[in-house]
Amino acid sequence: MKRVYLDNGATTRTHPEVLKAMEPYFLEEYGNPSSVHSFGREALEAVENSREKVRELINARDSQEIIFTSGGTEADNLAIIGGAMANRKKGNHIITSAIEHHAVLHTCQYLEEEMGYSVTYLPVDRFGQVQIDDFKKALRKDTVLATIMAANNEIGTLQPIKELAALARENGTLFHTDAVQVVGHMPLDVQEWGVDMLSLSGHKFHGPKGVGALYLRKGLKIHPHMHGGAQEKKRRASTHNTTGIVGLGKACELARRNIPEKQKALVSLREKLIKGIEEKIDEVILNGHPKERLPGNVNFCFKYIEGESLLLSLDMQGIAASSGSACTSGSLDPSHVLLALGLSHEVAHGSLRLTLSEFNTEEDIDHVLEVLPGIVEKLREMSPLYKKD
Amino acid sequence: MYSEKVMDHFTNPRNMGTMENPDGEAQIGNPTCGDVMKIAIKVDDGKITDIKFQTFGCGAAVATSSMITEMARGKTIEEASKLTNKTIAEALDGLPPVKMHCSNLAADALNKAIENYKEKKE
Repeated sequence: MKRVYLDNGATTRTHPEVLKAMEPYFLEEYGNPSSVHSFGREALEAVENSREKVRELINARDSQEIIFTSGGTEADNLAIIGGAMANRKKGNHIITSAIEHHAVLHTCQYLEEEMGYSVTYLPVDRFGQVQIDDFKKALRKDTVLATIMAANNEIGTLQPIKELAALARENGTLFHTDAVQVVGHMPLDVQEWGVDMLSLSGHKFHGPKGVGALYLRKGLKIHPHMHGGAQEKKRRASTHNTTGIVGLGKACELARRNIPEKQKALVSLREKLIKGIEEKIDEVILNGHPKERLPGNVNFCFKYIEGESLLLSLDMQGIAASSGSACTSGSLDPSHVLLALGLSHEVAHGSLRLTLSEFNTEEDIDHVLEVLPGIVEKLREMSPLYKKD
Repeated sequence: MYSEKVMDHFTNPRNMGTMENPDGEAQIGNPTCGDVMKIAIKVDDGKITDIKFQTFGCGAAVATSSMITEMARGKTIEEASKLTNKTIAEALDGLPPVKMHCSNLAADALNKAIENYKEKKE
């Protein structure tokens, strides 16, 4: 059976060149980068080369602005907790949005519930965008930190980061963005954006799992949350994950090679998929912004059916996707992102996210467009909520 | 995650569809929490002779609906009303713990349909 992987927002295939680049650091150059001997020096050199590749991809000024972490979640935690704690004299107020990834949302809730911070959760419009005016109004004298994601992982909507970051800076507020879904897929320039901190994750763009990085603008202070050795200039203790870091560096190098072409190709597949679904299936809702969205993100709600049933049916036809339904979230509520757009619970339960990568082809899209309408029809026939005209 | 039996009933649901002039029927659940189940029965001489279901819900909800219709068909209404979520789940070779609420729904829906039949008869 033909298998089609359309869950690249969850994780991506490791690029063969990434795996190849990592291999020697398992088998030959396996030293600890903190060691003095030649094995250690070789590993340290590899770590620093990777740091430079990450710097290049996001156009940081100095490679020392890159702190390696275990992934996007850790980078978010380090930025938010570390940033808010180190700058507490500024105040106790934090701004975020209602549609952040749980790595941000639950971290803000932790600071709110356990550490005495107050948090403003900004609403979004029906496309999932934060309103610049809302952000401006929410900024206070004591706003120590604002954290707004660059693009939403479920619905793909892009946020006006440059405008928001400029407002934060005027106010003396640290600005962090979770750019896990953007890095490696779209051109990105931390200096142009004017952000203070930015999180990225290797496995979202064909790097290995278990490695990510936090960009921290030079001169800014954060409290470390891992205590131990002096790695990462004492900002993140723990032996370097040399193989992972080398893989991340390689993924950055590959991503940088031809972002504009790859982006164009993805957008073309995305539009084909969106158009095809809208033409072939009735009563669907495209979630997210029609244009201001990630090149590889497609998210629809199919009325009268439930997401998990849809995923199981697609899986049986070899298609891997994801959903924001309650049954897939492990709770009784559907995705907080879809609810924040103003969708009803009932409709939000019927969401389907298809996320593309450079390894997807036109044939993959054709296969989905061939299989999906029949599945939706079958599930609707089964649904007591569906009334045929 | 799901047993083979669950996937079989999800893929080839038994007795799925609507029924004209049912002797008893009930729709329970709430679209807000993602599960709605409708069961219709025909009763002849105290026995369930025909049964149909429609379900909006996850794989477990569909499979439990399908399984309960298969188990209830041919039973007397007294026997059928004794079917519980536990027996349905066992007949499906178990459900993941987080899904146990779904199978509750199937037994509830059938019981409501039987109640509806009794009310109509009076």
